[in-house]
Amino acid sequence: MTQIQTEAAQIDTTGNEPVIVAKDVEKWYDNGFNVLKGVSLTVYRGEVVVVMGPSGSGKSTFIRTFNALEPYQRGSIEVDGILISHDLKNIEAIRREVGMVFQQFNLFPHLTVLQNVTLAPIWVRRWPKAKAEEVAMRLLDRVGILEQAHKYPGQLSGGQQQRVAIARSLAMQPKVMLFDEPTSALDPEMVREVLDVMRTLAKEGMTMVCVTHEVGFAREVADRVVLMDGGVLVEENTPMEFFNNPQEERTQKFLSQIL
Amino acid sequence: MTTTTSGSFSAGPPAGAKIGPIAWARKHLFSDWFNSLLTLIIVSVLGFAGFRLITWAFIQAQWLLIPNNIGLLMSGTYPSNQYWRIWTLLGVVCTLAGLSWGIIARNLSRLFSPWVLGGIAVVSAFFVVFPATRPSSMILLPMVAIVAVMAWVGRLVGRKLAIAGQLISLLWFVSYFVALWLIGGGLGLRTISTNDWGGLVLTLFTAISGIALSFPLGMILALGRRSELPVVRWLATAYIELVRGVPLVALLFMGQVMIPLFLPEGARPDRVVRAIIALSLFSAAYLAENVRAGLQAVPRGQQEAAASLGLNTPLTLTLIVLPQALKIAIPAIVGQFISLFQDTTLLAIVGLAELLGMGRSVLANPAYLGRYAEMYLFLGIIYWVFCYAMSLGSRKLEQKLNTTH
Ligand SMILES: Nc1ncnc2c1ncn2[C@@H]1O[C@H](COP(=O)(O)OP(=O)(O)O)[C@@H](O)[C@H]1O
Ligand SMILES: [Mg+2]
Repeated sequence: MTQIQTEAAQIDTTGNEPVIVAKDVEKWYDNGFNVLKGVSLTVYRGEVVVVMGPSGSGKSTFIRTFNALEPYQRGSIEVDGILISHDLKNIEAIRREVGMVFQQFNLFPHLTVLQNVTLAPIWVRRWPKAKAEEVAMRLLDRVGILEQAHKYPGQLSGGQQQRVAIARSLAMQPKVMLFDEPTSALDPEMVREVLDVMRTLAKEGMTMVCVTHEVGFAREVADRVVLMDGGVLVEENTPMEFFNNPQEERTQKFLSQIL
Repeated sequence: MTTTTSGSFSAGPPAGAKIGPIAWARKHLFSDWFNSLLTLIIVSVLGFAGFRLITWAFIQAQWLLIPNNIGLLMSGTYPSNQYWRIWTLLGVVCTLAGLSWGIIARNLSRLFSPWVLGGIAVVSAFFVVFPATRPSSMILLPMVAIVAVMAWVGRLVGRKLAIAGQLISLLWFVSYFVALWLIGGGLGLRTISTNDWGGLVLTLFTAISGIALSFPLGMILALGRRSELPVVRWLATAYIELVRGVPLVALLFMGQVMIPLFLPEGARPDRVVRAIIALSLFSAAYLAENVRAGLQAVPRGQQEAAASLGLNTPLTLTLIVLPQALKIAIPAIVGQFISLFQDTTLLAIVGLAELLGMGRSVLANPAYLGRYAEMYLFLGIIYWVFCYAMSLGSRKLEQKLNTTH
């Protein structure tokens, strides 16, 4: 695998221009549960941020506010300079620029792999079908699924499906990619193939926010690792420091459970 | 290759795949004394009933009332010098059916499987042998031929033309209005009042109209019931619950009596139209619930994935959610269509001479006094053929849309 992104999404990793700026984000679920209690995080262009934390700490909720899948009530989130308003007014403009990969893949089962990847470029970006398919085939080739392009998702393994899901997001040429535990639903032998794709993507300079408990991946690829617990960010550190010399007691406790 | 659906773990053929009929019977019918006893009792009861039915059908039954009244049963009091219009319509339907068949089967190596060929042969032979259809077999056999030839044409067209599928759907849509014109007249054809529509033609016309109207209406109601706007949700729910609480007969009577009250003298719809409206409004409420069940079965993740790609709500609905929901709901939806088809028999109560009503009025003729069994058996078979065809079609459609293996 050489290069996963398409030309338009090439990114300059040197500048430190922020892509996501979340300030004091607070969120309550409808049942009154205060899931985010003032979370701030800035993600710079070309950076890979890994989010860790115990189950139920609000990691998914937090990154889902970045593409407005979850509304929030207080604070502010800017993505690529666009403010995500609390009432989610400008959501489609933001979602075009933010790709998301889910734990459960969420491929469209009634469409072929190729149709899954071309759907959004055709209907949202308004690309002609031929162009969308050409780009899709190139992406599928790069995630190693080219031979399966005309199969349906249900005919693929979990690892293959997740790679298609990544290609589907990349087809929209997003400025930033969000990953919500992309390998947690996979059999162990398939975790690698997905992480390899993510690794390549990171090396090419894609801005990424990954919720994952893959320590090896975080050590190797992340620029920063943050720990979330109980709706707040507990620690924010370089991977080296985070794993070898954690500052917070809660980080130490969390690491002792997963390492 | 890894698939998620292969069910069997053993490497060999599944048990019972290749055993002979005697071994099969021993295993399934005579495994122990109780099972054997049950088999014997059931076989003798069925055998006796079958024997009685056959001796009745071939010795006692007087089938003459069917061929003598076949015109009435098929098309009511439609003037016989205009029958050609109905035959033309049948020709149009056979053409489209053949074309559709060919287009659907365009990528199969064989256009007709031996089973289908056998079926066509049996149906053709039946048309010739059966006294009621024999006089018309000079028309019916060419109809069968039209289906076969058009299937062949459809396959050729389907292989050449990428939009053949959309084209044939459009033709079916247009054919509805052609049917309306052929049956009802106007535009150069003699007008034939709906009072003279009847029999199977009326049954099929009301059923198809009802299906075509209630399906979109039911879909809108289902979406309305899930709407985020409380007023829309409330109205849809109220409509569905109200209609489901009223028997169809009541709705049909209301349709006949009340729809005219609301409309001025000149704009009152025809009796048949009123019946179709009532039938559709009734069926839509049930369809809405079927579609809603389908919508609920589509995982939330599908909507989230579509949203995260930047698709807006209408696109997400039409491209992602509805196709999956409708696919899940196919068996229930077709079940509702079958109900609707059978419910057309209630039109007789409001004075429309559909197939069953026509059968009853034939039975009221003193010449055919007491020939209930023959008539109802014949009508039952007709209803069964159409309902079974729908059921078969639904299963084929499900197979075609199955994408898991
Ligand atoms: N729709 C919801 N309504 C109420 N509570 C929710 C909802 N979704 C998630 N939660 C709760 O919010 C908390 C954080 O969830 P989540 O963001 O999924 O955590 P994580 O991804 O870190 O496991 C959990 O305690 C969960 O039970
Ligand atoms: Mg989570």
